[in-house]
Amino acid sequence: MDLFEYQARDLFAKHGVPVLAGEVIDTPEAAREVTERLGGKAVVKAQVKVGGRGKAGGVKLATDPADAVEKAGQILGMDIKGHTVHKVMLAQTADIAEEYYVSFLLDRTNRTFLAMASVQGGMEIEVVAEEHPEALARIAVDANEGCTPEKAREIVEAAKFPAEVADQIAEALQKLWTVFIKEDALLVEVNPLVKSGDGKIIALDGKVSLDENADFRQPEHEALEDKAAANPLEAAAKAKNLNYVKLDGQVGIIGNGAGLVMSTLDVVAYAGEKHGGVKPANFLDIGGGASAQVMANGLEIILGDPDVKSVFVNVFGGITACDEVANGIVQALELLKSKGENVTKPLVVRLDGNNAELGRKILSDANHPLVQRVDTMDGAADKAAELAAAK
Amino acid sequence: MAIFLNKESKVIVQGMTGSTGMKHTKLMLADGTNIVGGVNPRKAGTSVDFDGTSVPVFGSVAEAMEKTGADVSVVFVPPAFAKAAVVEAIDAEIGLAVVITEGIAVHDSAAFWAYASSKGNKTRIIGPNCPGLITPGQSNAGIIPGDITKPGRIGLVSKSGTLTYQMMYELRDIGFSSAVGIGGDPVIGTTHIDALKAFEADPDTDLIVMIGEIGGDAEERAADFIKAHVTKPVVGYVAGFTAPEGKTMGHAGAIVSGSSGTAAAKKEALEAAGVKVGKTPTETAELARAVLAG
Repeated sequence: MDLFEYQARDLFAKHGVPVLAGEVIDTPEAAREVTERLGGKAVVKAQVKVGGRGKAGGVKLATDPADAVEKAGQILGMDIKGHTVHKVMLAQTADIAEEYYVSFLLDRTNRTFLAMASVQGGMEIEVVAEEHPEALARIAVDANEGCTPEKAREIVEAAKFPAEVADQIAEALQKLWTVFIKEDALLVEVNPLVKSGDGKIIALDGKVSLDENADFRQPEHEALEDKAAANPLEAAAKAKNLNYVKLDGQVGIIGNGAGLVMSTLDVVAYAGEKHGGVKPANFLDIGGGASAQVMANGLEIILGDPDVKSVFVNVFGGITACDEVANGIVQALELLKSKGENVTKPLVVRLDGNNAELGRKILSDANHPLVQRVDTMDGAADKAAELAAAK
Repeated sequence: MAIFLNKESKVIVQGMTGSTGMKHTKLMLADGTNIVGGVNPRKAGTSVDFDGTSVPVFGSVAEAMEKTGADVSVVFVPPAFAKAAVVEAIDAEIGLAVVITEGIAVHDSAAFWAYASSKGNKTRIIGPNCPGLITPGQSNAGIIPGDITKPGRIGLVSKSGTLTYQMMYELRDIGFSSAVGIGGDPVIGTTHIDALKAFEADPDTDLIVMIGEIGGDAEERAADFIKAHVTKPVVGYVAGFTAPEGKTMGHAGAIVSGSSGTAAAKKEALEAAGVKVGKTPTETAELARAVLAG
């Protein structure tokens, strides 16, 4: 889960990383009081989870409280790369002498944590990595040893930070590591980390991404979720504990196992090339032991998507037997009917693996007018795409 | 021969007495796996009956190894306790720990991987978030259905459980030497490269099928390895061409970040290494069939 800048700032402050005072607001008028509290002027910063907001006009300096109201009014509601600005952060102004970059992240390739640091901050770090790779220090950090004072010093030296800020940056790095560990983060990034005119080190802008697998020991993280921005179908699926991602096509997809479902999306997209370019409408993995209730929950989400023209249920019976899955589908349709749902979209079902013959027989015997059986994955994808294109 | 697991393997189950552990221990036994014990400190000294087979429960991995000579552990411990379970297996220096558990926090898997490395990697870790591995006709350590296929001469390595099953099913008439599900998490123990290396050295494997998916660069690095070190034919499949940027697709590690981790880049890298890559699982199986037929 990626956080907004103001949420990252809060986590930095919580763990002692030096930040400037700031408050988040969602109406222009609120800017007046906040700016007064901040000393009469403020930087107004759009809160969006996408880079490049400065260039897009999402960061403005307000010279007095009235100006802050005006600038907040300009930025709120702005569209930045497809993200609507619903909140702005008003932050204390800073007298910036130099801009640096520091981060901790997961290095998947080397299966370790990694510190990155550069004296060239303030621009996109991908650009620095591309154009001046020598200016970006990369130091592995052992997950069990952590960012010790010695490790922090090593990072500072590798990045060639000026001597007069070396101690401050080393300390900030250790605090940032605390954020990384204590908050179960996948990324903590400060860009820019600035040296102010009076020589202080401050985290001016930050990015934090949290590991949702750690939610069981991070009860406070749930409140950081941006529920308003979630797609309503994704939110409904999440409430039912379903692993669902909304896409922009017309063929609803239900399958078991993340890999098989990803593969199903691809196979449907290939098949769709022959049928007017129809595409998968979603990713939905109902997992191993798909009961009738889980199948019904999944079908309900997918049939509730107005973009969906046909549905492809693709199941490989591993431990779960296909007869159970077939019964699940039949019962799910009955369940939806009993709830008063008028199901009109055609379903293509492909069952393979454990007890496939039995499962197929159950579907044939049920003889549901909307359900078609196709016994190969590629053939079923083609049929589902064809049905979606015909609608 | 097979890789990592054979009929001589003596298997223990960490978390055997939980509901998932019970269910799959029973299935593993039915597949002929030599299960010599379970581990649960609170139930040490008891035993569990699986259709007439009595399996003793030990207080620790070390005790189980000492009393039974176990060399493989299958871990079904829930995410919150999985790190401690794997660290215990590493401390006991068991040869292979197969971590089935899904949903382990990355800081935990990174920590146990770093710990295993600091101890000289005496314990091979497979997973987490994986279906385990099977050597058909000999032993099954994990949750891969044992009745999909028979022993044969294809080696399979895959990030995905269900695609493993699908591929085993498509090629069930030919059969497999071993099939290894390495898992879809961002940090995993055994990689595609480790399995490729083992299959290359395995006299019972004639062809390798490698299944990848979006996220990370494991497939690209496997492609480099194949080019340099693998002489046996490799057929590949990559899932996730239609996955949007920045969305996690089921597996915690299955995410395209910016322009990195895409299926297209992985396919291209594999093809550049001479790997035939199928468009669909079925086409991939057909490619494997054609290669074996010569």
